[in-house]
Amino acid sequence: MTQVDVDIEKGAAAESPYVPRMAQILAAEQMTETERFFRLKMEGPPLVYEPGQFVEVMVFGLGESPISICSSPTQGDAFELTVRSVGIVTNALKKFEKGHRVGIRGPFGNHFDYDVMKGQDVLFVAGGLGLAPTRSLIRYVLDKRKDYAKVTILFGAREPKWLLFRQEVQEWGKRGDVDVRVTVDRGDPSWKGNVGVITRLFNKVEIDPARTWAVIVGPPVMFKFTVLEALAAGIPEHRIICSLERHMKCGIGKCGHCQIRGIYVCRQGPVFTYEQVKKLREGI
Amino acid sequence: MLPQVLKRSDLGVWITALAAERRVAAPVLKETSPADPKDLKFAWEYIADPADVRLDYTVTVLGPKKFLWPTRQKLATYNLGGEPDPKPLIEHEAQVLFGVHPCDVTAIATLDAAFYKDVPDPHYLSRRADTAIIGLDCAKPCDDSSFCLDMGSLYPESGYDVMLTPEEDRYFVEVKTELGQALVEAAKVKPATKQEMQARQAFAEKKRAAFHFQLPCEVKYLPEILDASYDSLVWEAIARRCFSCGSCNTTCPTCYCFDVYDDVAVDLTRGCRIRRYDSCQLDPFATVAGGEDFRKDRSSRLRHRMFRKGKYILEQTGRTGCVGCGRCERACVAGISIKETFVQIAGSR
Repeated sequence: MTQVDVDIEKGAAAESPYVPRMAQILAAEQMTETERFFRLKMEGPPLVYEPGQFVEVMVFGLGESPISICSSPTQGDAFELTVRSVGIVTNALKKFEKGHRVGIRGPFGNHFDYDVMKGQDVLFVAGGLGLAPTRSLIRYVLDKRKDYAKVTILFGAREPKWLLFRQEVQEWGKRGDVDVRVTVDRGDPSWKGNVGVITRLFNKVEIDPARTWAVIVGPPVMFKFTVLEALAAGIPEHRIICSLERHMKCGIGKCGHCQIRGIYVCRQGPVFTYEQVKKLREGI
Repeated sequence: MLPQVLKRSDLGVWITALAAERRVAAPVLKETSPADPKDLKFAWEYIADPADVRLDYTVTVLGPKKFLWPTRQKLATYNLGGEPDPKPLIEHEAQVLFGVHPCDVTAIATLDAAFYKDVPDPHYLSRRADTAIIGLDCAKPCDDSSFCLDMGSLYPESGYDVMLTPEEDRYFVEVKTELGQALVEAAKVKPATKQEMQARQAFAEKKRAAFHFQLPCEVKYLPEILDASYDSLVWEAIARRCFSCGSCNTTCPTCYCFDVYDDVAVDLTRGCRIRRYDSCQLDPFATVAGGEDFRKDRSSRLRHRMFRKGKYILEQTGRTGCVGCGRCERACVAGISIKETFVQIAGSR
């Protein structure tokens, strides 16, 4: 148990954690019908972040939305977001172009522990928009490729038209030092690749359970089945990493919306091992 | 500092003196039930006339939390159309909460810890820093819903500047802090005589005799008892009656979850970020934009609240998440009682 020693005067003088800083959109691109990609740069000091963290994006007059950072700090001062338009703020962002500005708070949350994975195999498993947070670590690992042993990326989407970063994923496949497999639940006439749920890809790749870290991000329904496959491959629970989606409204462990039992996902997460998630019970 | 006494008849003069320096919030009588003239309804309000202060109050629907943690609070303002230039809005003025019962003193300490933890929230803490707390000790439980003795909130050791103990025609005045010392300087206090000290001890004994433990075990075991009951059908059973209305959250003196929304001026030149109380009992609380609802069942929301009150807040802050004030039970239209729930799960082991 933590006994919080309260210094009211010190806390009263603290800077408000609810005020965004301004960021400028350097590039914007509609990736699918509902997902829009942004490259942004903070006005003033750059955003200092780690793979797996998220920010609150503010559209003035409408509100904020928590969005995973999909770039890696190894890419420089700009940072990238992939926004799915599902609410008021994210739909408004559909109209945001290069040169427009938004408010940014953060970065918030813990991050993928890339150091502990060094020298070992990394198996990425991403479903749909789950590729966005996963990409932050994929880019990091690829930028430091020699620090890691075998790298495998399994990526699935409902249909070809929902595949994110299609060109970039193809380029990863062409590198020769990454095993990339893509599947869709339902193909279309032009689709020549794998068809079937993402779990089927597990049989196509070789996994050395003694030295593999599995990084799994996707919709809740996907977690259960892919974690099962990772466990079936022999990977221990503490080396299965998940990033959980919750409504992180304040980002600082106060507002309560993202809570899973006694855990504030916005601070103690969003990255958890399956060992931790299992104990949470309400995690996935 | 040695104990002092203040005559009841000198209370008004003291409050008037305090009001010259700070806004005074205190319990006042709101209405009397036409059916039962003894059924008095009290509420916490900023007072205009010291004569309105009713230190004989029992329970209030809302505690003094609202003066520190307003139901709506502006967090930041920005411009629309031009340069947004977002700016924090931290509003506070000197105030004194006059006559806070021990349960609410304890509840405020929980809020202090929650808002200070990890990332300090100056919107709450600046109001808190500008607030003096004058406590008022209880001689007997408010009613059957209270279980403050169990929850460890009946004898707060800190969290107040001055504590008043009612004694027939006078108050025993105990100063706890430097601020409290400054506040008491405006009161016509006298050093307590030997007889008055004895009366104070008699009060303490009466108080001890008037309150009884109601849970079948010590509260320190509550987190463990809750854990053991996690998979019990008891939550589903209690949730059958629950309407998920959130009255329990609204009236709880330690609930601090909130929602944030934007309010835009009618001429569209300015906007404002505002937070308001939110409730974990409402269905959309744990829903994400994509539609996934992580606490879909009423029973899972009810269990979440009970766990938060009995376990999570305690583990996060080291302060109790429930002070046993009984407000949630009194406010619940379905008659769900947190005390009875704790009694039931403790007894089910």
